[in-house]
Amino acid sequence: MATQTPKPQEILTTLGHQPPSENWMDTKPEFRPGMYCHPVKIASLEGMGGKYAREWAPAEPDWKLPADWKGIVKEGLKDRLNRFRSFQVFMDICVRCGACADKCHFFIGTGDPKNMPVLRAELIRSVYRGEFKTAGKILGKLAGGRKLTEEVIKEWFYYFFQCTECRRCSVFCPYGIDTAEITIIAREIINLLGLQIDWIGTPVNACYHIGNHLGLKPHTFKENIEYLLSDVEENVGITIEPTFNRKGAEILFVTPSGDVFADPGIFTCMGYLILFEHLGLDYTWSTYASEGGNFGFFTNNETMKRLNYKMYAESKRLGVKWILGGECGHMWRVVHQYMDTMNGPADHLEVPKNPLTGTVFANARSTKMVHVTEFTADCIKHNKLKLDPSRNDHYTVTWHDSCNTSRGMGFLEEPRFVLNSVCNNFVEMPDTTIREQTFCCGSGSGLNAGENMEQRMRGGLPRANAVRYVHEKHGVNLLGNICAIDRASLKPLMDYWVPEVAVAGLSELVANALIMEGENARSTNLRGEEINDLREEAGLPPIDFPDPDEEGGGEEGDE
Amino acid sequence: MSFIFSIIAVTALVGVALAGVALDLRYFMAVVLPYAALATFVLGVAYRVLKWSSAPVPFRIPTTCGQAKGLDWVKTNKIDNPCSTGAVLARMFLEIFLFRSLFRNTRMEYREGGKVRYGSSKWLWLFGLLFHWSFLIVVLRHMRFFFEPVPGLIQAIEHADTFFEMGLPLPGPNGLEVSLPLLAQSGVILLAAATFLFLRRVVVPQVRYISLASDWFPLLLIILIAKTGIIMRYVLKVDVVAVKKLTMSLATFHPALPAEPISFMFYVHIVLVCTLLIYFPFSKLMHLGGVWLSPTRNLVNNSREVRHVNPWNPEVHFHTYSEYEDDFREQMIEAGIPVEKEA
Repeated sequence: MATQTPKPQEILTTLGHQPPSENWMDTKPEFRPGMYCHPVKIASLEGMGGKYAREWAPAEPDWKLPADWKGIVKEGLKDRLNRFRSFQVFMDICVRCGACADKCHFFIGTGDPKNMPVLRAELIRSVYRGEFKTAGKILGKLAGGRKLTEEVIKEWFYYFFQCTECRRCSVFCPYGIDTAEITIIAREIINLLGLQIDWIGTPVNACYHIGNHLGLKPHTFKENIEYLLSDVEENVGITIEPTFNRKGAEILFVTPSGDVFADPGIFTCMGYLILFEHLGLDYTWSTYASEGGNFGFFTNNETMKRLNYKMYAESKRLGVKWILGGECGHMWRVVHQYMDTMNGPADHLEVPKNPLTGTVFANARSTKMVHVTEFTADCIKHNKLKLDPSRNDHYTVTWHDSCNTSRGMGFLEEPRFVLNSVCNNFVEMPDTTIREQTFCCGSGSGLNAGENMEQRMRGGLPRANAVRYVHEKHGVNLLGNICAIDRASLKPLMDYWVPEVAVAGLSELVANALIMEGENARSTNLRGEEINDLREEAGLPPIDFPDPDEEGGGEEGDE
Repeated sequence: MSFIFSIIAVTALVGVALAGVALDLRYFMAVVLPYAALATFVLGVAYRVLKWSSAPVPFRIPTTCGQAKGLDWVKTNKIDNPCSTGAVLARMFLEIFLFRSLFRNTRMEYREGGKVRYGSSKWLWLFGLLFHWSFLIVVLRHMRFFFEPVPGLIQAIEHADTFFEMGLPLPGPNGLEVSLPLLAQSGVILLAAATFLFLRRVVVPQVRYISLASDWFPLLLIILIAKTGIIMRYVLKVDVVAVKKLTMSLATFHPALPAEPISFMFYVHIVLVCTLLIYFPFSKLMHLGGVWLSPTRNLVNNSREVRHVNPWNPEVHFHTYSEYEDDFREQMIEAGIPVEKEA
């Protein structure tokens, strides 16, 4: 039963933001194909020791909840109120001012009032009041309280898997109420009943047992990278031989497994490989810690810890000095705000020091993990990279700030510095849609499945709308980012809303501009596309590349 | 329904106060109730704040709203992405006293042709700020009723609050203006701002949709408190000397009703204020305390630099490397990946 995603025009013409007349407690979500994710496979849930694994379907009336489901939820709620000050405070202090209402990309793209962050939180707050607070118990609806029912659970499932934990609302909230935090905890509670989506549950299980979300076994992981290297050989003309699980390397490199697997992430991955080759970096990949991302973060904090453990464990086993991390959004929120707390202290590592520039990354003194973009920025600043930004001249790039690195880290200028160093045409989207106000791709927090495409396209509408604005105004044809989920999800989003715009990770653009020793004429980019074709499309004169078949071809780059 | 309920509730409170006057329950309303209300307020607020404080902060989760401290040459946004305790204090100051986050507010417009645009929207910030600041000044100004002599600070606040009145010729014949008290801006602004916030809740469909009785009720209560205060001061001209006798008797813990009669409006005012005090700790009004404890705002963003400790860091089972190698040893050897144990 393939579901048809409505056409862009259908969405745009039917979209409205007026709430209905009936009270929100009296409305129910409609489980319409395209707007929700499939339930988790039994084997995946059980593989992680999850309880109540069963066959069930969100659109069916009976969700086969465990016998004592009400007790489980109440206990789970109480337990988390005691363990998370954030949750307790956020349950208590919202004044429903509504400043967050129109900040959510899902509200903007669906018009569903329960996608207003305030109301999303009220879905759980109402139960907190109705089940735990005296006034709510006695006055019920009048005090904003309601009882826990199966309908409530279904509503939670629908709306807490229609929030990407992007934190945009929390930027505008006068009390800093963070819906991401509420969604994280709500999902923990929903998970207690064996309710999980497959796009989260299956990658988690694969990551735990096999090493990465995609379930690439060690030899396959290595083969995938070798396959990318054969493309590099063809398009750049250089041979790279990276190492895997090598003891005694200075640096362990970890990136989301999506980067070794799917277009356009693979080009970002080629970018890393070329960059490290350019620098002669003493680093190794690991097939065991072959996942930078952490879908455990979308499950519960215990699972997040179990998956994250491998990075430090592997760095210890291999005896590296520090860890370098690839481009990824939620990976970096976990590395930045959770990793050291969960699995540290990493006393077996040294404070990261760039072997080429001598820069000590004091900001990563405790985690001992450095972002590849800050590493690249440091190298560029110290003139350690030979760059020819004009190789990206056929691109007019705009920059998508990823939610997690922006609002859960503050990583804004480093990528811009790198971008400005490797390409000549960079324009910003409007201020209200970038940096800390950036819009989510609409598919974060494990929602980039295939079956919920309408939900994703609607959620990504504000992002796409801003891209379309700069596309029309400045001829933008490339959307840059530093996030694996972005690379996977912005591509279909652009294809749907702004098909003229391609998507690329930052390291791909870096590698396009890198002048490599022994390179060929570089008449194609990392994607194997002819530079002159791209230049023609962009209205630029062709470059007179030496004929690759002629003797000596592949010696010198373009002048 | 919640709206109507709130109107009924505040009307009933006024009715109760009037009935109290009629039944001569003045001592109860002016002595017993204020003590009880104050005790509830103080203990209630303390309880709530202590309860929040006793819950741990397992993770360091500031919402970063600007550039983090990183490479030396990258300019840091120290306030919106605090890198030190001092910076957090600055961020909290701006948040609590100037509503920094609300100042960012934008308004989404969905235009024809499916275009989404965002405009600046500072009204909520402006009236929210006016509301809270004028409320604070009103409260501080009222402290004159509980001190003799009145401390200089409170006098100064009152002086500043009536500043615009000075030098203005007061209207009215027969020297009426002589007895007219100076107009305190704070009371008028409080009423105006509260009315704005109330109307905003009525008019903006999304905000109306999310509003509960617990949103309408305190707003209506505060509006009525401001109104009764203004009526007392300017229309009925309540015997302030008698009121001060009463309040000083409360403040010195020798409670006694003054011999002089005090207008019924005073009793209505005091019943409403006491209701607000009692209601406060059990309501959303506790955002006053909670905003200080919000982990997305009051933490330094230095979790890569300094390890944050989670007191309940859970014991979990890990999938170790040796278990992994046991699962894949043969394939690893075949693929030329180094292993710990040969097959």
